[in-house]
Amino acid sequence: MTTSALTISNLRKTYAGTSGPGFEALKGISLEVEPGDFFALLGPNGAGKSTTIGVICSLVKKTSGAVSIFGKDIDRDQSGAKQQLGVVPQEFNFNQFERVQDIVINQAGYYGLPRELAGQRAEKYLKQLGLWEKRADAARMLSGGMKRRLMIARALVHEPRLLILDEPTAGVDIELRRSMWAFLQEINASGTTIILTTHYLEEAESLCRNVAIIDRGQIVENTSVKSLLKTLNRETFILDTREPIASCPKVAGYETVVVDDHCLEVEVDKGQSLNELFAGLSSIDIHVISMRNKANRLEELFVNLIDQHQATAATESKRVMS
Amino acid sequence: MNLSAQWVAFSTIIRKEVHRFMRIWMQTLLPPAITMSLYFVIFGSLIGSRIGSMDGFSYMEFVVPGLIMMSVITNSYSNVVSSFYSAKFQRSVEEILVSPTPNYVILLGYVCGGVARGMTVGLIVTCMSLFFTDLQIYSLPIVISVVLLTSVLFSLAGFVNAVYANSFDDISIVPTFVLTPLTYLGGVFYSISLLSEFWRGVSMLNPVLYMVNAFRYGILGISDIDVTFAFVGVAIVVVILFSYSLHLLDSGKRLRA
Repeated sequence: MTTSALTISNLRKTYAGTSGPGFEALKGISLEVEPGDFFALLGPNGAGKSTTIGVICSLVKKTSGAVSIFGKDIDRDQSGAKQQLGVVPQEFNFNQFERVQDIVINQAGYYGLPRELAGQRAEKYLKQLGLWEKRADAARMLSGGMKRRLMIARALVHEPRLLILDEPTAGVDIELRRSMWAFLQEINASGTTIILTTHYLEEAESLCRNVAIIDRGQIVENTSVKSLLKTLNRETFILDTREPIASCPKVAGYETVVVDDHCLEVEVDKGQSLNELFAGLSSIDIHVISMRNKANRLEELFVNLIDQHQATAATESKRVMS
Repeated sequence: MNLSAQWVAFSTIIRKEVHRFMRIWMQTLLPPAITMSLYFVIFGSLIGSRIGSMDGFSYMEFVVPGLIMMSVITNSYSNVVSSFYSAKFQRSVEEILVSPTPNYVILLGYVCGGVARGMTVGLIVTCMSLFFTDLQIYSLPIVISVVLLTSVLFSLAGFVNAVYANSFDDISIVPTFVLTPLTYLGGVFYSISLLSEFWRGVSMLNPVLYMVNAFRYGILGISDIDVTFAFVGVAIVVVILFSYSLHLLDSGKRLRA
Protein backbone atom coordinates (compact mmCIF):
# COMPACT_ATOMS: atom_id res chain seq x y z
CA MET A 1 0.00 0.00 0.00
CA THR A 2 1.45 3.39 -0.96
CA THR A 3 1.54 6.16 1.62
CA SER A 4 -0.41 9.28 0.72
CA ALA A 5 1.61 12.37 -0.08
CA LEU A 6 -0.69 14.36 2.17
CA THR A 7 -3.35 13.26 4.61
CA ILE A 8 -5.50 15.79 6.42
CA SER A 9 -8.01 14.47 8.95
CA ASN A 10 -10.74 16.57 10.50
CA LEU A 11 -8.60 19.70 10.54
CA ARG A 12 -9.98 22.64 12.46
CA LYS A 13 -8.58 26.10 12.98
CA THR A 14 -10.16 28.90 14.97
CA TYR A 15 -8.39 32.24 15.06
CA ALA A 16 -8.77 33.90 18.45
CA GLY A 17 -10.89 37.03 18.32
CA THR A 18 -10.00 40.21 20.22
CA SER A 19 -13.41 39.85 21.83
CA GLY A 20 -15.89 37.05 21.33
CA PRO A 21 -15.53 33.49 20.15
CA GLY A 22 -13.05 34.06 17.31
CA PHE A 23 -13.22 33.08 13.66
CA GLU A 24 -13.45 29.45 12.60
CA ALA A 25 -11.41 29.34 9.40
CA LEU A 26 -11.37 25.54 9.00
CA LYS A 27 -14.37 23.46 10.07
CA GLY A 28 -13.03 19.93 10.13
CA ILE A 29 -11.65 19.37 6.65
CA SER A 30 -10.32 16.02 5.50
CA LEU A 31 -8.28 15.51 2.38
CA GLU A 32 -5.98 12.97 0.81
CA VAL A 33 -3.48 13.61 -1.97
CA GLU A 34 -1.83 10.67 -3.70
CA PRO A 35 1.90 10.56 -4.46
CA GLY A 36 2.72 12.01 -7.87
CA ASP A 37 -0.57 13.87 -8.11
CA PHE A 38 -0.99 17.38 -9.47
CA PHE A 39 -3.73 18.58 -7.17
CA ALA A 40 -5.72 21.83 -7.19
CA LEU A 41 -7.07 23.37 -4.01
CA LEU A 42 -9.61 25.93 -5.12
CA GLY A 43 -11.86 28.31 -3.28
CA PRO A 44 -12.93 31.93 -3.10
CA ASN A 45 -10.97 34.48 -1.09
CA GLY A 46 -11.15 33.75 2.63
CA ALA A 47 -12.29 30.14 2.05
CA GLY A 48 -9.45 28.66 4.10
CA LYS A 49 -6.89 27.67 1.43
CA SER A 50 -3.98 29.66 2.87
CA THR A 51 -4.87 28.59 6.42
CA THR A 52 -4.75 24.96 5.30
CA ILE A 53 -1.35 25.50 3.69
CA GLY A 54 -0.20 27.43 6.78
CA VAL A 55 -1.06 24.46 9.00
CA ILE A 56 0.66 21.98 6.66
CA CYS A 57 3.90 23.98 6.71
CA SER A 58 3.56 24.76 10.45
CA LEU A 59 3.21 28.54 10.15
CA VAL A 60 -0.34 28.28 11.50
CA LYS A 61 -1.13 26.39 14.71
CA LYS A 62 -4.09 24.08 14.19
CA THR A 63 -6.88 23.91 16.75
CA SER A 64 -7.44 20.18 16.24
CA GLY A 65 -7.10 17.41 13.68
CA ALA A 66 -4.14 15.67 12.13
CA VAL A 67 -1.86 16.27 9.16
CA SER A 68 0.78 13.95 7.81
CA ILE A 69 3.14 14.32 4.88
CA PHE A 70 4.24 11.05 3.31
CA GLY A 71 3.18 9.30 6.50
CA LYS A 72 5.06 11.67 8.82
CA ASP A 73 2.77 13.35 11.30
CA ILE A 74 3.47 17.09 11.68
CA ASP A 75 3.10 16.81 15.48
CA ARG A 76 4.98 13.59 16.17
CA ASP A 77 7.70 13.90 13.51
CA GLN A 78 7.72 17.55 12.58
CA SER A 79 11.29 17.52 11.31
CA GLY A 80 10.64 14.48 9.10
CA ALA A 81 7.44 16.02 7.75
CA LYS A 82 9.10 19.35 7.00
CA GLN A 83 11.94 17.62 5.17
CA GLN A 84 9.40 16.29 2.62
CA LEU A 85 7.81 19.66 1.98
CA GLY A 86 8.57 22.72 -0.14
CA VAL A 87 6.30 25.77 0.01
CA VAL A 88 5.87 28.71 -2.34
CA PRO A 89 3.75 31.22 -0.45
CA GLN A 90 1.40 33.81 -1.88
CA GLU A 91 3.35 36.83 -0.58
CA PHE A 92 7.04 37.50 -1.14
CA ASN A 93 8.75 36.34 2.03
CA PHE A 94 12.47 36.66 1.46
CA ASN A 95 14.95 39.28 2.57
CA GLN A 96 14.78 41.89 -0.17
CA PHE A 97 18.37 42.97 0.51
CA GLU A 98 19.94 39.53 0.16
CA ARG A 99 21.42 38.31 -3.09
CA VAL A 100 19.33 35.90 -5.16
CA GLN A 101 21.90 33.09 -4.92
CA ASP A 102 22.35 33.56 -1.17
CA ILE A 103 18.62 33.23 -0.57
CA VAL A 104 18.53 29.85 -2.29
CA ILE A 105 21.79 28.57 -0.78
CA ASN A 106 20.80 29.64 2.74
CA GLN A 107 17.47 27.86 2.38
CA ALA A 108 19.34 24.69 1.45
CA GLY A 109 21.44 25.19 4.58
CA TYR A 110 18.32 25.28 6.77
CA TYR A 111 17.55 21.80 5.43
CA GLY A 112 21.05 20.62 6.29
CA LEU A 113 22.46 20.49 2.76
CA PRO A 114 26.24 20.98 2.77
CA ARG A 115 27.42 24.24 1.21
CA GLU A 116 28.89 22.67 -1.94
CA LEU A 117 25.76 20.68 -2.74
CA ALA A 118 23.62 23.73 -1.92
CA GLY A 119 25.62 25.75 -4.45
CA GLN A 120 25.13 23.09 -7.15
CA ARG A 121 21.39 22.85 -6.49
CA ALA A 122 21.02 26.65 -6.46
CA GLU A 123 22.75 26.81 -9.84
CA LYS A 124 20.54 24.01 -11.23
CA TYR A 125 17.23 25.59 -10.20
CA LEU A 126 18.20 29.20 -10.85
CA LYS A 127 19.24 28.16 -14.37
CA GLN A 128 16.04 26.17 -14.92
CA LEU A 129 13.96 29.13 -13.81
CA GLY A 130 15.95 31.66 -15.85
CA LEU A 131 17.42 33.50 -12.88
CA TRP A 132 21.07 32.49 -13.10
CA GLU A 133 22.06 35.79 -14.73
CA LYS A 134 20.51 37.60 -11.79
CA ARG A 135 22.19 35.50 -9.10
CA ALA A 136 24.39 38.30 -7.78
CA ASP A 137 21.59 40.90 -7.67
CA ALA A 138 19.74 41.87 -4.52
CA ALA A 139 16.29 40.28 -4.53
CA ARG A 140 14.61 43.69 -4.46
CA MET A 141 15.99 44.40 -7.95
CA LEU A 142 13.97 41.55 -9.50
CA SER A 143 10.68 42.00 -11.31
CA GLY A 144 7.48 40.52 -9.81
CA GLY A 145 7.63 37.44 -12.07
CA MET A 146 11.28 36.87 -11.21
CA LYS A 147 10.53 37.11 -7.51
CA ARG A 148 7.88 34.39 -7.90
CA ARG A 149 10.38 32.18 -9.74
CA LEU A 150 12.94 32.84 -7.03
CA MET A 151 10.49 31.52 -4.45
CA ILE A 152 9.98 28.39 -6.57
CA ALA A 153 13.76 27.83 -6.82
CA ARG A 154 14.05 28.33 -3.07
CA ALA A 155 11.25 25.83 -2.38
CA LEU A 156 12.85 23.22 -4.64
CA VAL A 157 16.45 23.48 -3.50
CA HIS A 158 16.14 20.64 -0.98
CA GLU A 159 14.20 18.60 -3.58
CA PRO A 160 11.00 18.01 -1.60
CA ARG A 161 8.62 15.17 -2.44
CA LEU A 162 5.63 17.47 -1.95
CA LEU A 163 5.57 20.99 -3.37
CA ILE A 164 2.78 23.38 -2.39
CA LEU A 165 2.27 26.53 -4.43
CA ASP A 166 -0.09 29.18 -3.14
CA GLU A 167 -1.15 31.21 -6.18
CA PRO A 168 2.26 31.04 -7.86
CA THR A 169 1.20 32.81 -11.04
CA ALA A 170 -0.72 35.70 -9.47
CA GLY A 171 0.22 38.89 -11.32
CA VAL A 172 2.42 37.05 -13.80
CA ASP A 173 2.03 37.79 -17.52
CA ILE A 174 0.58 35.07 -19.76
CA GLU A 175 3.86 34.14 -21.47
CA LEU A 176 5.68 33.70 -18.20
CA ARG A 177 2.68 31.89 -16.70
CA ARG A 178 2.81 29.33 -19.48
CA SER A 179 6.55 28.81 -19.06
CA MET A 180 5.96 28.29 -15.32
CA TRP A 181 3.24 25.73 -16.13
CA ALA A 182 5.68 23.84 -18.36
CA PHE A 183 8.28 23.88 -15.60
CA LEU A 184 5.80 22.64 -12.98
CA GLN A 185 4.62 19.85 -15.30
CA GLU A 186 8.24 18.81 -15.74
CA ILE A 187 8.80 18.77 -11.95
CA ASN A 188 5.59 16.77 -11.50
CA ALA A 189 6.61 14.31 -14.23
CA SER A 190 9.87 13.72 -12.38
CA GLY A 191 7.86 12.48 -9.39
CA THR A 192 7.20 15.53 -7.22
CA THR A 193 3.65 15.73 -5.91
CA ILE A 194 2.25 19.23 -6.44
CA ILE A 195 -0.60 21.00 -4.71
CA LEU A 196 -1.65 24.25 -6.30
CA THR A 197 -4.02 26.98 -5.26
CA THR A 198 -4.99 29.42 -7.93
CA HIS A 199 -7.66 31.86 -9.02
CA TYR A 200 -6.97 31.06 -12.67
CA LEU A 201 -9.22 28.07 -13.17
CA GLU A 202 -7.84 27.57 -16.66
CA GLU A 203 -4.55 26.87 -14.87
CA ALA A 204 -6.13 24.23 -12.64
CA GLU A 205 -7.93 22.63 -15.60
CA SER A 206 -4.76 22.48 -17.70
CA LEU A 207 -2.40 21.26 -15.00
CA CYS A 208 -4.26 19.32 -12.34
CA ARG A 209 -5.62 15.79 -12.27
CA ASN A 210 -7.55 16.11 -9.02
CA VAL A 211 -9.27 18.98 -7.34
CA ALA A 212 -10.77 19.96 -3.99
CA ILE A 213 -13.01 22.98 -3.66
CA ILE A 214 -13.10 24.66 -0.29
CA ASP A 215 -15.61 27.25 0.85
CA ARG A 216 -16.08 28.81 4.28
CA GLY A 217 -13.71 26.31 5.85
CA GLN A 218 -15.39 23.21 4.40
CA ILE A 219 -14.55 20.95 1.47
CA VAL A 220 -17.52 21.15 -0.88
CA GLU A 221 -16.09 18.96 -3.65
CA ASN A 222 -13.15 16.57 -3.87
CA THR A 223 -12.80 14.61 -7.07
CA SER A 224 -10.85 14.31 -10.30
CA VAL A 225 -10.95 17.25 -12.70
CA LYS A 226 -12.35 14.91 -15.39
CA SER A 227 -15.24 13.71 -13.22
CA LEU A 228 -15.99 17.24 -12.14
CA LEU A 229 -16.13 18.47 -15.72
CA LYS A 230 -18.51 15.62 -16.59
CA THR A 231 -21.01 17.05 -14.12
CA LEU A 232 -21.21 20.26 -16.11
CA ASN A 233 -24.78 20.20 -17.48
CA ARG A 234 -24.74 23.37 -19.46
CA GLU A 235 -22.11 25.41 -21.27
CA THR A 236 -22.29 28.90 -22.66
CA PHE A 237 -20.67 29.53 -26.03
CA ILE A 238 -19.83 32.80 -27.71
CA LEU A 239 -20.30 32.68 -31.48
CA ASP A 240 -18.82 35.24 -33.86
CA THR A 241 -20.92 35.58 -37.02
CA ARG A 242 -20.01 36.63 -40.55
CA GLU A 243 -23.21 38.56 -41.17
CA PRO A 244 -24.58 41.27 -38.88
CA ILE A 245 -27.41 40.06 -36.67
CA ALA A 246 -30.54 42.16 -36.98
CA SER A 247 -32.58 40.55 -34.23
CA CYS A 248 -32.22 37.73 -31.73
CA PRO A 249 -32.30 34.50 -33.81
CA LYS A 250 -34.63 31.75 -32.70
CA VAL A 251 -33.26 28.19 -32.91
CA ALA A 252 -35.50 25.53 -31.43
CA GLY A 253 -34.13 24.08 -28.19
CA TYR A 254 -31.39 26.70 -27.71
CA GLU A 255 -31.40 29.92 -25.71
CA THR A 256 -29.68 32.71 -27.59
CA VAL A 257 -28.74 36.26 -26.62
CA VAL A 258 -27.30 38.94 -28.92
CA VAL A 259 -24.09 40.37 -27.50
CA ASP A 260 -23.46 42.79 -30.38
CA ASP A 261 -24.19 42.89 -34.13
CA HIS A 262 -21.61 40.18 -34.90
CA CYS A 263 -21.74 38.17 -31.71
CA LEU A 264 -24.18 35.70 -30.15
CA GLU A 265 -24.26 33.96 -26.79
CA VAL A 266 -25.83 30.47 -26.78
CA GLU A 267 -26.65 28.12 -23.89
CA VAL A 268 -26.05 24.47 -24.80
CA ASP A 269 -27.22 21.68 -22.53
CA LYS A 270 -25.19 18.51 -22.02
CA GLY A 271 -26.28 16.11 -24.75
CA GLN A 272 -27.44 18.76 -27.18
CA SER A 273 -25.71 18.71 -30.55
CA LEU A 274 -23.71 21.67 -31.78
CA ASN A 275 -24.35 20.50 -35.36
CA GLU A 276 -28.07 21.11 -34.88
CA LEU A 277 -27.34 24.56 -33.56
CA PHE A 278 -25.16 25.42 -36.56
CA ALA A 279 -27.73 23.95 -38.95
CA GLY A 280 -30.45 26.03 -37.30
CA LEU A 281 -28.40 29.20 -37.57
CA SER A 282 -27.46 28.47 -41.22
CA SER A 283 -31.11 28.03 -42.10
CA ILE A 284 -31.72 31.65 -41.08
CA ASP A 285 -28.57 32.85 -42.90
CA ILE A 286 -26.35 33.26 -39.89
CA HIS A 287 -22.91 31.79 -40.47
CA VAL A 288 -20.59 31.17 -37.55
CA ILE A 289 -16.92 32.02 -38.21
CA SER A 290 -15.53 31.24 -34.75
CA MET A 291 -16.66 30.06 -31.33
CA ARG A 292 -15.33 29.87 -27.78
CA ASN A 293 -16.49 29.08 -24.27
CA LYS A 294 -17.84 32.13 -22.45
CA ALA A 295 -16.07 31.02 -19.29
CA ASN A 296 -13.62 28.28 -18.53
CA ARG A 297 -15.56 25.05 -17.93
CA LEU A 298 -14.07 24.55 -14.48
CA GLU A 299 -14.84 28.15 -13.68
CA GLU A 300 -18.54 27.57 -14.42
CA LEU A 301 -18.59 24.54 -12.14
CA PHE A 302 -16.67 26.37 -9.48
CA VAL A 303 -19.08 29.28 -9.47
CA ASN A 304 -22.08 26.89 -9.39
CA LEU A 305 -20.68 24.87 -6.51
CA ILE A 306 -19.79 27.92 -4.44
CA ASP A 307 -23.19 29.51 -5.12
CA GLN A 308 -24.97 26.29 -4.09
CA HIS A 309 -22.87 25.95 -0.94
CA GLN A 310 -23.38 29.56 0.06
CA ALA A 311 -27.13 29.31 -0.56
CA THR A 312 -27.28 26.17 1.60
CA ALA A 313 -25.23 27.89 4.30
CA ALA A 314 -27.54 30.93 4.24
CA THR A 315 -30.66 28.72 4.49
CA GLU A 316 -29.11 26.78 7.35
CA SER A 317 -28.17 29.98 9.11
CA LYS A 318 -31.76 31.34 8.74
CA ARG A 319 -33.17 28.07 10.10
CA VAL A 320 -30.87 28.24 13.15
CA MET A 321 -31.75 31.92 13.75
CA SER A 322 -35.48 31.19 13.64
CA MET B 1 17.38 16.27 11.48
CA ASN B 2 20.68 14.63 12.38
CA LEU B 3 23.51 16.44 14.15
CA SER B 4 25.60 17.14 11.06
CA ALA B 5 22.56 18.63 9.30
CA GLN B 6 21.88 20.75 12.40
CA TRP B 7 25.47 21.95 12.30
CA VAL B 8 25.00 22.99 8.65
CA ALA B 9 21.83 24.90 9.58
CA PHE B 10 23.58 26.55 12.53
CA SER B 11 26.58 27.64 10.46
CA THR B 12 24.23 28.91 7.74
CA ILE B 13 22.49 31.22 10.21
CA ILE B 14 25.79 32.50 11.61
CA ARG B 15 27.24 33.06 8.14
CA LYS B 16 24.12 34.95 7.12
CA GLU B 17 24.22 37.08 10.28
CA VAL B 18 27.91 37.91 9.97
CA HIS B 19 27.48 38.69 6.29
CA ARG B 20 24.58 41.01 7.18
CA PHE B 21 26.47 43.16 9.67
CA MET B 22 29.62 43.18 7.54
CA ARG B 23 27.62 44.24 4.46
CA ILE B 24 26.23 47.26 6.33
CA TRP B 25 29.48 48.03 8.19
CA MET B 26 28.83 51.77 7.84
CA GLN B 27 25.83 51.29 10.13
CA THR B 28 27.18 48.55 12.37
CA LEU B 29 30.97 48.78 12.80
CA LEU B 30 31.94 52.34 12.01
CA PRO B 31 29.61 54.30 14.37
CA PRO B 32 30.80 52.59 17.59
CA ALA B 33 34.43 53.09 16.52
CA ILE B 34 33.85 56.83 16.04
CA THR B 35 31.68 57.27 19.16
CA MET B 36 34.14 55.45 21.40
CA SER B 37 37.07 57.39 19.97
CA LEU B 38 35.25 60.59 20.94
CA TYR B 39 34.72 59.21 24.44
CA PHE B 40 38.43 58.42 24.66
CA VAL B 41 39.37 61.93 23.48
CA ILE B 42 36.89 63.85 25.63
CA PHE B 43 36.64 61.80 28.83
CA GLY B 44 40.06 60.27 28.70
CA SER B 45 42.40 62.90 27.32
CA LEU B 46 40.67 66.28 27.74
CA ILE B 47 38.58 65.96 30.92
CA GLY B 48 40.27 62.84 32.31
CA SER B 49 43.60 64.57 32.85
CA ARG B 50 41.85 67.02 35.24
CA ILE B 51 39.95 64.31 37.11
CA GLY B 52 43.07 62.58 38.33
CA SER B 53 43.28 58.94 39.35
CA MET B 54 40.40 56.56 40.02
CA ASP B 55 41.01 53.55 42.29
CA GLY B 56 44.74 53.97 41.70
CA PHE B 57 44.55 54.18 37.88
CA SER B 58 44.51 57.14 35.50
CA TYR B 59 40.99 58.08 34.46
CA MET B 60 41.69 56.95 30.89
CA GLU B 61 42.78 53.50 32.13
CA PHE B 62 39.68 53.35 34.31
CA VAL B 63 37.10 54.18 31.62
CA VAL B 64 38.53 52.04 28.81
CA PRO B 65 37.16 48.66 30.12
CA GLY B 66 33.76 50.23 30.73
CA LEU B 67 33.62 51.74 27.26
CA ILE B 68 34.63 48.45 25.61
CA MET B 69 31.92 46.66 27.58
CA MET B 70 29.37 49.35 26.70
CA SER B 71 29.98 48.82 22.99
CA VAL B 72 29.79 45.03 23.36
CA ILE B 73 26.45 45.28 25.20
CA THR B 74 24.88 47.73 22.76
CA ASN B 75 26.03 45.92 19.63
CA SER B 76 25.15 42.40 20.74
CA TYR B 77 21.65 43.58 21.61
CA SER B 78 21.18 45.70 18.47
CA ASN B 79 22.33 42.96 16.12
CA VAL B 80 19.82 40.35 17.23
CA VAL B 81 16.91 42.71 17.78
CA SER B 82 17.25 44.40 14.41
CA SER B 83 18.08 41.26 12.44
CA PHE B 84 15.34 39.06 13.88
CA TYR B 85 12.72 41.80 13.83
CA SER B 86 13.57 42.64 10.19
CA ALA B 87 13.18 38.95 9.36
CA LYS B 88 9.79 39.02 11.07
CA PHE B 89 8.80 42.26 9.35
CA GLN B 90 9.77 41.02 5.87
CA ARG B 91 8.42 37.56 6.74
CA SER B 92 11.74 36.03 5.71
CA VAL B 93 11.74 34.37 9.14
CA GLU B 94 9.26 31.94 7.54
CA GLU B 95 12.15 30.54 5.48
CA ILE B 96 13.62 29.08 8.62
CA LEU B 97 10.34 28.35 10.41
CA VAL B 98 9.13 26.04 7.63
CA SER B 99 12.47 24.22 7.57
CA PRO B 100 13.33 21.29 9.84
CA THR B 101 15.93 23.38 11.71
CA PRO B 102 15.22 22.84 15.44
CA ASN B 103 14.27 25.90 17.46
CA TYR B 104 17.33 25.71 19.69
CA VAL B 105 19.56 25.84 16.60
CA ILE B 106 17.68 28.92 15.35
CA LEU B 107 18.16 30.60 18.73
CA LEU B 108 21.84 29.64 19.01
CA GLY B 109 22.45 30.87 15.46
CA TYR B 110 20.98 34.30 16.09
CA VAL B 111 22.69 34.60 19.48
CA CYS B 112 26.06 33.67 18.00
CA GLY B 113 25.46 36.28 15.28
CA GLY B 114 24.93 38.87 18.05
CA VAL B 115 28.04 37.66 19.88
CA ALA B 116 30.04 37.87 16.65
CA ARG B 117 29.09 41.51 16.19
CA GLY B 118 29.59 42.33 19.88
CA MET B 119 33.07 40.77 19.76
CA THR B 120 34.00 42.43 16.48
CA VAL B 121 33.01 45.86 17.77
CA GLY B 122 34.68 45.13 21.14
CA LEU B 123 37.89 44.29 19.30
CA ILE B 124 37.70 47.43 17.17
CA VAL B 125 37.13 49.62 20.27
CA THR B 126 39.97 47.86 22.09
CA CYS B 127 42.30 48.58 19.18
CA MET B 128 41.16 52.24 19.15
CA SER B 129 41.87 52.50 22.88
CA LEU B 130 45.49 51.49 22.27
CA PHE B 131 46.02 54.88 20.60
CA PHE B 132 45.16 56.52 23.92
CA THR B 133 46.50 54.22 26.64
CA ASP B 134 48.56 51.12 27.28
CA LEU B 135 46.17 48.27 27.96
CA GLN B 136 47.49 45.67 30.37
CA ILE B 137 45.41 42.63 31.04
CA TYR B 138 45.21 41.33 34.59
CA SER B 139 43.44 38.05 33.73
CA LEU B 140 42.74 37.03 30.11
CA PRO B 141 40.39 34.14 31.03
CA ILE B 142 38.22 36.51 33.08
CA VAL B 143 38.21 39.11 30.31
CA ILE B 144 37.15 36.58 27.67
CA SER B 145 34.57 34.77 29.80
CA VAL B 146 32.93 38.00 31.05
CA VAL B 147 32.72 39.55 27.63
CA LEU B 148 31.33 36.32 26.14
CA LEU B 149 28.71 35.82 28.84
CA THR B 150 27.64 39.47 28.66
CA SER B 151 27.40 39.34 24.89
CA VAL B 152 25.29 36.15 25.05
CA LEU B 153 23.03 37.70 27.69
CA PHE B 154 22.30 40.84 25.68
CA SER B 155 21.91 38.90 22.44
CA LEU B 156 19.22 36.82 24.15
CA ALA B 157 17.57 39.96 25.52
CA GLY B 158 17.58 41.39 21.99
CA PHE B 159 15.92 38.21 20.74
CA VAL B 160 13.10 38.47 23.30
CA ASN B 161 12.60 42.13 22.35
CA ALA B 162 12.43 41.21 18.65
CA VAL B 163 9.82 38.51 19.23
CA TYR B 164 7.54 40.90 21.12
CA ALA B 165 8.14 43.94 18.87
CA ASN B 166 5.30 44.99 16.62
CA SER B 167 7.04 47.92 14.97
CA PHE B 168 10.49 49.39 14.46
CA ASP B 169 9.69 51.82 17.31
CA ASP B 170 9.42 48.84 19.66
CA ILE B 171 12.96 47.74 18.92
CA SER B 172 14.43 51.13 19.82
CA ILE B 173 12.49 51.65 23.06
CA VAL B 174 14.51 49.21 25.17
CA PRO B 175 17.95 50.35 23.95
CA THR B 176 17.03 54.03 24.41
CA PHE B 177 15.08 53.98 27.65
CA VAL B 178 16.50 50.94 29.44
CA LEU B 179 19.88 49.91 28.09
CA THR B 180 21.49 53.35 27.77
CA PRO B 181 20.57 54.57 31.30
CA LEU B 182 21.63 51.24 32.84
CA THR B 183 24.95 51.37 31.01
CA TYR B 184 25.71 55.02 31.82
CA LEU B 185 24.81 54.42 35.47
CA GLY B 186 26.56 51.05 35.54
CA GLY B 187 29.98 52.24 36.65
CA VAL B 188 31.39 52.84 33.17
CA PHE B 189 32.55 56.38 34.01
CA TYR B 190 32.95 56.24 37.80
CA SER B 191 33.56 53.97 40.72
CA ILE B 192 30.51 53.50 42.93
CA SER B 193 32.79 54.04 45.92
CA LEU B 194 32.43 57.76 45.07
CA LEU B 195 28.66 57.59 45.66
CA SER B 196 26.76 58.06 48.91
CA GLU B 197 25.66 54.89 50.64
CA PHE B 198 22.09 55.23 49.37
CA TRP B 199 23.04 55.64 45.72
CA ARG B 200 25.66 52.91 46.07
CA GLY B 201 22.84 50.62 47.21
CA VAL B 202 20.68 51.69 44.28
CA SER B 203 23.58 51.10 41.88
CA MET B 204 23.97 47.58 43.22
CA LEU B 205 20.55 46.80 41.70
CA ASN B 206 21.87 47.61 38.24
CA PRO B 207 22.89 44.36 36.47
CA VAL B 208 25.20 46.18 34.06
CA LEU B 209 27.36 47.29 37.03
CA TYR B 210 28.35 43.66 37.66
CA MET B 211 29.36 43.01 34.08
CA VAL B 212 31.33 46.23 33.73
CA ASN B 213 33.13 45.67 37.03
CA ALA B 214 33.89 42.02 36.31
CA PHE B 215 35.36 43.05 32.97
CA ARG B 216 37.34 45.88 34.59
CA TYR B 217 38.62 43.37 37.11
CA GLY B 218 39.87 41.20 34.25
CA ILE B 219 41.80 44.14 32.79
CA LEU B 220 42.88 46.23 35.79
CA GLY B 221 42.42 43.83 38.70
CA ILE B 222 40.05 46.21 40.56
CA SER B 223 36.32 45.90 41.13
CA ASP B 224 33.53 47.50 43.17
CA ILE B 225 31.72 44.18 43.47
CA ASP B 226 32.37 40.50 44.12
CA VAL B 227 33.44 39.08 40.73
CA THR B 228 32.32 35.53 41.55
CA PHE B 229 28.86 36.84 42.37
CA ALA B 230 28.85 38.70 39.05
CA PHE B 231 29.73 35.52 37.12
CA VAL B 232 27.07 33.44 38.86
CA GLY B 233 24.45 36.18 38.42
CA VAL B 234 25.14 36.64 34.72
CA ALA B 235 25.19 32.87 34.12
CA ILE B 236 21.82 32.46 35.86
CA VAL B 237 20.26 35.26 33.81
CA VAL B 238 21.66 33.70 30.62
CA VAL B 239 20.04 30.35 31.48
CA ILE B 240 16.70 32.04 32.28
CA LEU B 241 16.72 34.13 29.10
CA PHE B 242 17.74 31.16 26.94
CA SER B 243 14.93 29.02 28.35
CA TYR B 244 12.41 31.81 27.88
CA SER B 245 13.53 32.55 24.31
CA LEU B 246 13.28 28.85 23.46
CA HIS B 247 9.80 28.76 24.99
CA LEU B 248 8.81 31.71 22.78
CA LEU B 249 10.03 29.87 19.68
CA ASP B 250 8.40 26.57 20.70
CA SER B 251 5.07 28.23 21.40
CA GLY B 252 5.31 30.27 18.20
CA LYS B 253 4.40 33.44 20.05
CA ARG B 254 4.06 36.32 17.56
CA LEU B 255 5.66 34.09 14.93
CA ARG B 256 2.96 31.55 14.06
CA ALA B 257 -0.72 32.40 13.66
